[in-house]
Amino acid sequence: MKKEDLPQDDSAITNIFREVMYVKDEKGKYTTGLSKGWEVKKSALDNAWDDIKERSEEARLAVKNGEKSPIFYFKELKLMDFTILSSYTGFWKFTIKRHMKPSVFKSLSDKKLSKYASAFEISLNELKNFKG
Amino acid sequence: MKKEYTHVQAAHCENGVGVGLLKHHGLDFITEPLVFGMGSGIFYIHVPILSINNGPAIAYRSMPGLIFSGTSKSLGIKVNRTKFRSEIKAKEFLDQKIKEGVPVGCQVGVFNLPYFPPEYRFHFNAHNLIVYGKENGNYLVSDPIMETVTKLTEEDMIKVRFAKGPLAPKGHVYFPENVKPVSNDTIQKGIIKGIKKSAFMMTSLPGSIVGVSGIQYTAKQIRKWRDKLGPRKAGLYLGQIVRMQEEIGTGGGGFRFLYAAFLEQAHPYLKNDALLAISEEFTKAGDLWRESAVQMGRIYKGRINNEQADFEVCADLLMQISDIEKQAFLKLKKLKLK
Repeated sequence: MKKEDLPQDDSAITNIFREVMYVKDEKGKYTTGLSKGWEVKKSALDNAWDDIKERSEEARLAVKNGEKSPIFYFKELKLMDFTILSSYTGFWKFTIKRHMKPSVFKSLSDKKLSKYASAFEISLNELKNFKG
Repeated sequence: MKKEYTHVQAAHCENGVGVGLLKHHGLDFITEPLVFGMGSGIFYIHVPILSINNGPAIAYRSMPGLIFSGTSKSLGIKVNRTKFRSEIKAKEFLDQKIKEGVPVGCQVGVFNLPYFPPEYRFHFNAHNLIVYGKENGNYLVSDPIMETVTKLTEEDMIKVRFAKGPLAPKGHVYFPENVKPVSNDTIQKGIIKGIKKSAFMMTSLPGSIVGVSGIQYTAKQIRKWRDKLGPRKAGLYLGQIVRMQEEIGTGGGGFRFLYAAFLEQAHPYLKNDALLAISEEFTKAGDLWRESAVQMGRIYKGRINNEQADFEVCADLLMQISDIEKQAFLKLKKLKLK
């Protein structure tokens, strides 16, 4: 890529920093240039976020309809998968799956719930009282 | 003895930390392409079945930490690395190093990195930055991705150093020790070693999912995605590829240009003209990686009709890239250097 072809499209990094790219100067030698974003990347990132929002919304509805516990929703909201949530809480994946059932969730001790609350960086009350 | 740390901005965080730390210790010849090339940073692996962030699991780089370790080893520099169980001990160690005036590299998770753009804050735990001081209880941070230096509170620093999940940093800090001047001969040997190792890893590892065959593997998968996953999810998968490929400083095009720049910088050390010609081939591969991203973008943005034929175009581009890189690495492998 030539230095003059370096894209300068508005993106998530614009106004925060410009990223370094290795590009060719007019003599065909490598040099660095700064880019404030590339539209192709921006739309890939936007797409990923649309997908995340959609999944959180579905999770919220599942909690509202009494199909899932709040843990299911906050896991999506905080972009976590089972590995990450398991690593923050110390619970096994199948235990977490069980905790996602509303009936099981109701019977969980505050001690166990606090582990989730701190993993999600919310208060215990917020977690307990989330109704969707 | 105390020397002010000078911020270095880089395309890729681990290279940047390497350049910053080595320069600080007086190795003025060091550049980002040299660190990347000597540390054999270029790699490719597509892990089947496993999915990351609900998309394909592809890595474009060697394991985190290897770039800096490889480069340092070649230059005869010992790197002190420490991980911690206790957050308190991790903090004490860092504070002690700052007091001694030693800038240290820190592995961190980006999910809670406050100065990062919110859109980039995923649970990615192999980001690297340099801590070079402390002022009014805040850490002075030189993050190679950023244009200027920044700061982190004590609380945020603990959070990012103890992020959890895959590749959890566990407070990992590292810094070079007893750095001595490096001779041209050592640099030459380091460059050759880096080239030979990358050429081996990209062309000679067994199995179909690593190196240049890994790129072909991805191409083959892309041809199947639309039927297997449906147009929408297949589109999201392509988006995931582009994100990992062209994200800040990682992956596809960016890494090829960096590698091409490395071969160009290797030329004055090794005085072999073939390096310049092969550098051109990596530039070509980099341009094609970017073209593939554009093509994938057309699909996930729904600008063209997301037909099987469009996926075939992406796959064909990857096949072409794989071929170019295979030829280039085989040439490097056979090249008599020294």
